[in-house]
Amino acid sequence: MDVLHLSFVIWISALIAGLLGALTGLGGGVVIVPTLSLLLGVDIRYAIGASLVSVIATSSGAAAAYVREGFTNLRIGMFLEMATTLGATAGAFLAGVLHTNVIAVIFGAVLIVSAYLSRTNPPPDPEDRGPDPLASRLRMDSTYPTPEGPKPYHVRALPQGFGLMFVAGGLSGLLGIGSGAAKVLAMDQVMRVPFKVSTTTSNFMIGVTAAASAGLYLNRGYIKPGLAMPVVIGVLMGSMLGTRVLVKAHTKQLRLAFSLVILALGIEMIFNGLTGRI
Amino acid sequence: MAAIEQKDRLASDWSDEQVETVIGNILRAGVMLAGGVVLLGGIAYLAAHGHEQPDVHVFKGVSPELRSVRGITADALALHPRGIVQLGLLLLIATPVARVVLAAYAFHRQRDRVFVAVALFVLLVLLGSLAGWRL
Repeated sequence: MDVLHLSFVIWISALIAGLLGALTGLGGGVVIVPTLSLLLGVDIRYAIGASLVSVIATSSGAAAAYVREGFTNLRIGMFLEMATTLGATAGAFLAGVLHTNVIAVIFGAVLIVSAYLSRTNPPPDPEDRGPDPLASRLRMDSTYPTPEGPKPYHVRALPQGFGLMFVAGGLSGLLGIGSGAAKVLAMDQVMRVPFKVSTTTSNFMIGVTAAASAGLYLNRGYIKPGLAMPVVIGVLMGSMLGTRVLVKAHTKQLRLAFSLVILALGIEMIFNGLTGRI
Repeated sequence: MAAIEQKDRLASDWSDEQVETVIGNILRAGVMLAGGVVLLGGIAYLAAHGHEQPDVHVFKGVSPELRSVRGITADALALHPRGIVQLGLLLLIATPVARVVLAAYAFHRQRDRVFVAVALFVLLVLLGSLAGWRL
């Protein structure tokens, strides 16, 4: 297979990943790395570099649409980005030290957890437990649009959320994924922010988080233009397509199918990591 | 009195909602520009190297000139296809950085010193990463 054929195959795979990622809300990055490394035999370091750049593209593209809807909380996002960018820097350093087998096993574990999390339904909006002094001083409390008009909410447990965001950033920097699921979990379950605010603010933070490790990956020679090109174009086109057809698709069955694919990829990643094939 | 009104008006020019609109526009423009450059460079790359054997299966690291901002800019200006693609990827990485710069400016206009510091901290981490933390 020459460069032209391989680029075409990668472009199609990235397009499907981006499409499914947008339709199911799970993001495409999480399947790009296993697809490239397991199915197409690309070195996992190049795969992670390409995935990381594609993550910036999809999150920035989607964030542009989301910020206008009024769910994204810029203050929460900006504040927690201190934690995610530091975590991403640490993760990217770790990626340069750890053996690729270890990275593959961690990746597999994260895939299995994501598959499990994607099966659970979004929880109802948490009951408002009143303001938290620190979060209120930082003017993070805000409102979000509902059919009955703007509804106020308060932010809880900022320090715990901050700590979890460091871990989410670390996973993003180590594995080249957006780690949106971990970010949503921290905001929605720990900081008790409404679900739609969590998902859009998480997406908003993904681009900055990924950029913090992408610089280091670039310096280390992990970002290969010939490979990243079809990945970025494919994922970007797929996710744009995905947001257009979102209304018509049967997202429930799609989520189930996609989570099974993620589960299978996770098991294979762990197997290949443990047997030293990656 | 007039000075205070002037201040209030300036601050309202940079309300959270307006900042959100500007940030949305920056993100969209950055992604479109970067995507366009990557696509153009990619077509040139495939035309020039499409029939070679891919070298993505064994890790060697990309050549040194494609690893730094300065090297990539020079390579792209020399119209090397790989350099053009890499410049597009660099523009993509720079898009969130531009967003943080704008946020820092907006918080400054809102006279929110704490959040100016927060934004500058994030900016420092991003620029440090792009420089490879070689201080």
